[in-house]
Amino acid sequence: MTQPTLTSTPTPAPSGRTSAAALGAQVGAGKSAPMERPKDRPNAGRSRPAWMSRSVVNVVLIIAVAYALLPQLWLVMAATKDLGDLFGTNGFAPGTGFNLDENLRYLVQAQDGIYLRWLANTVLYAGGGALAASVLCVMAGYAFDKLEVPGREAVFGLVLVGVMIPSTALALPTYLLASKVGLANTFLGVFIPGLVFPFGVYLARIFSASYVPDAVIGASRVDGAGELRTFWSVAFPMMRPGFVTILLFQFTAIWNSFFLPLVMLSDARLYPVNLGLYVWNTTAMSQGKPEDYLLAITGSLVAIVPLVLLFLALQRFWRAGMTAGAID
Amino acid sequence: MIRRQRRAAGLFLGPYLVLAFLVTLAPLGYAAWLSLFSEQSSGLGFGGAEQVFVGLGNYVRAVGDSTFRSGFVTVAAYMCLYVPVLIVISLLLALLLDSGLAWARRAMQVALFLPHAVPGLIAALIWLYLYTPGLSPVIGWLGGLGANGGLANTAPLASVVNIAVWQWLGYNVVIFYAALQAVPREVIEAAAVDGAKTWQVAVRIKAPLIRSAVRMAALFTAIGGVQLFTEPKILDLTSASITSTWTPNMFLQSAAFDRNDFGLAAAASILVAVLAGGSSFFVMRLGQKGES
Repeated sequence: MTQPTLTSTPTPAPSGRTSAAALGAQVGAGKSAPMERPKDRPNAGRSRPAWMSRSVVNVVLIIAVAYALLPQLWLVMAATKDLGDLFGTNGFAPGTGFNLDENLRYLVQAQDGIYLRWLANTVLYAGGGALAASVLCVMAGYAFDKLEVPGREAVFGLVLVGVMIPSTALALPTYLLASKVGLANTFLGVFIPGLVFPFGVYLARIFSASYVPDAVIGASRVDGAGELRTFWSVAFPMMRPGFVTILLFQFTAIWNSFFLPLVMLSDARLYPVNLGLYVWNTTAMSQGKPEDYLLAITGSLVAIVPLVLLFLALQRFWRAGMTAGAID
Repeated sequence: MIRRQRRAAGLFLGPYLVLAFLVTLAPLGYAAWLSLFSEQSSGLGFGGAEQVFVGLGNYVRAVGDSTFRSGFVTVAAYMCLYVPVLIVISLLLALLLDSGLAWARRAMQVALFLPHAVPGLIAALIWLYLYTPGLSPVIGWLGGLGANGGLANTAPLASVVNIAVWQWLGYNVVIFYAALQAVPREVIEAAAVDGAKTWQVAVRIKAPLIRSAVRMAALFTAIGGVQLFTEPKILDLTSASITSTWTPNMFLQSAAFDRNDFGLAAAASILVAVLAGGSSFFVMRLGQKGES
């Protein structure tokens, strides 16, 4: 991403600890080269004139960028069209009229404003869930790194087993158990599974090892601070960038989740946005309600905007997590 | 001191471990228990359905079900196409960005990464529309491929792979580019002095130097591939080629909610969890071994 130079990591490169080795993650990625290196001279390739290689390289890259952006352009354009234009005009160009405001009004009014309710649900599921999950992760990761944990590596290994079991493989068993204890089709049925983020514990341990010097913890203990206080007022502030990274990853993961809410929820008032859009799309495609296309399309655009903004604002935290997951 | 730390460790780790147990092991354990019974269910919530102990009967039925087995074949085929395509294109783009010839490297990376900010379900919806004749501005260019109910119908695997590549391309480019930036400059200069051309430096020097980053990305991609559900579930709406049991996860959902066969669904989810967990473990080990 485009952290002012991709090269300077905002975070100290996590030092190679057993934790990283445990995942076999040893990639030279992001080992924070100190500065953007002066680029190799392109005309070292003597056989072709430099402008030619330069054009070829950039044309390929521009094609890739177009591939990344055009589908999003389509969505933006589609959200500004009425039903006739949606099917009747070129998807990458504006329609004959500008209908975005009308589509938005239609979206928020549909079914007594259920879309806004879905958005609020999603914010609770993803925002609340990720916040709580990140606190749990940071505390656990810190404990693994700095505290005397009986059977540390065995317990940590158990946590890593959680990384290996994909969440989709757990969705149906989670639903079965939730029905048994009466949590199926409830808010908690979707919320509780979001509280556990094993990869976050792994990241938190790395972050604790690289951000929080052992000596600082030792000094705080000598000063008579209890463990909880040491964590909260000494270690946690130092781990804050890591906390944000974990928060961001889990927030995205919950916002993305589809299989679990799909099996867990039948009450439309509990849906996250994803599930609602899925239902609208289904009714548009296979139940002869083409006007629901407008809802699915405009609803998709509205749901993406905060995520894109969040991503642009927090790029460096994304990057820290992406590379830390793959570095030793 | 040590005792105090241990008590604190319990306080710090306890909540996480309890919750992790509740949302990981407990559901798997309960599903394993349910998988031993067959029920005439009219709904699990009532608890009054007659349950018959069938031992491993549900597992035998799951393994004997050709649609369940073919789901694994689908996933295998998907990974054989998806992993190499994603990794090769990401690597190529990262090398081009790092070649010193690219304009606006930062802007290009943001643009490439942006699809990753789009939730998978919405990505699948957008592409579903782009695959559908009438809605799509591009499908007409594809001629025969686009007819017959759209691309998802004529080329289901490629359609699904494309959505996944779209979402993950920028992510991998960023990782590879970061790794390339860390390649010592002297190595590249030395090669250039020795007369290597830019593309030779890229292919023979830079790419091998970041092979561990590439390997890890390939491994993580493979692990993610096992989860295949959202994209085909969406394309399923218009594609006759993508059935409701096209992948193992889709089979689970269909067994539980189309057929109300919770015993079968539970047995199949245990099999999926064991296979998925086992293959991630195997893949991780492979990664570790490749490293040493």
